[in-house]
Amino acid sequence: MRLVVASGKGGTGKTTVAANLAHVLSRSREVVAVDCDVEAPNLHLFFPSPSHEVPVRTPVPAVDRARCTLCGECGHFCRFGAISVLRTEVFLFPELCHGCGGCEYVCPEGAIRDDHRTIGSVRCSRPAPSLTLIGGALDEGEVQAPAVVRYAKRLAAGASLAIYDAPPGIGCTVIETLKGVDACLLVTESTPFGVHDLELAAAVVRQFGLPTGVVINRSDGEDGETRKACRELELPVLMTIPFDREIATVQNRGGLIAREHDGWHRRFSALFDDTCRMGGGA
Amino acid sequence: MMVCITAQAPGLDATVEPRFARAPFFIFIETVTGEAHSVANALCGGPGGVGPRAVQFIVEYGAGALVTGRMGEHAVRALRVAAVPAYAFAGESTVAEALEAYRSGALPELS
Repeated sequence: MRLVVASGKGGTGKTTVAANLAHVLSRSREVVAVDCDVEAPNLHLFFPSPSHEVPVRTPVPAVDRARCTLCGECGHFCRFGAISVLRTEVFLFPELCHGCGGCEYVCPEGAIRDDHRTIGSVRCSRPAPSLTLIGGALDEGEVQAPAVVRYAKRLAAGASLAIYDAPPGIGCTVIETLKGVDACLLVTESTPFGVHDLELAAAVVRQFGLPTGVVINRSDGEDGETRKACRELELPVLMTIPFDREIATVQNRGGLIAREHDGWHRRFSALFDDTCRMGGGA
Repeated sequence: MMVCITAQAPGLDATVEPRFARAPFFIFIETVTGEAHSVANALCGGPGGVGPRAVQFIVEYGAGALVTGRMGEHAVRALRVAAVPAYAFAGESTVAEALEAYRSGALPELS
């Protein structure tokens, strides 16, 4: 089972839901939680523990000056401006390179081969007996966030139960997170922004044909508009978390409500069961 | 020598465009003969990485100098590698006026 927790809007509580689910499920089985928000990873804040770091590398062209005839084919091909032929020199901007290998492909002289450079890292830790935490982090100034997401997910490939904490928005990194998963939870809040971005996220998730449920977070009890949107989107609301000082207090010191309150432990456990049922699974 | 001036439209009467790689037109002028060619910039609406590509384009066209308002860091570095000097021209003037200022040697070098 691979479950994504996504949202559209940022700051709705994706990580809160993912962290609580990971904690609850790890009490009864082996779980891998993956932080796919590689531009601002924060899932590890709930699970402090020593980690080891693996670099994420990406291909970048290396030009053999002896073979290069300065024909310009590579520079014309690259739509990202990462390789340019300028009179007497082939000039690289490695940070603009998307690692597609196109320049190597079009070079008639076979003068380009793959080199590699580091664009980010993935941290792995074991914060609890049955919980593995994998978190991607993109280096500053780099653009290839999806490559780091892909790498983090690959490290979790063998897991029988994986929870992916998605980045906010509906961009490339979210798409990368959604690939190959079995179900999705969309976390929203009862604000016009929350509803608007929930609709955007739902439209993206629909493209993947995923069984999807909604968690309403920081609910003030007046969720009419959100619930109406969910009905129209045909998405079941599987959980509502109230806007509550005590929950915020637990959260703010890096705690988990499911660890500190039996009621929330049961509710997150039920949330997972409902999510599985949605997809017709166990 | 051929100088490239960034412009909002084709021709010497067009207004100078302050942005380099996102200029709608490049006007290439042979400084000796005064012969001018206006070329639409296919990169002007591109999503990113247009600076080095625009440098590659004007270098291949034969430009030996560039007159524009401003450019990004990638374009600056690519121009340096290509050994093409760039000169700053500010204000809402025509390409012809910018050319005159360039010829008089009054324009400061952009870096």
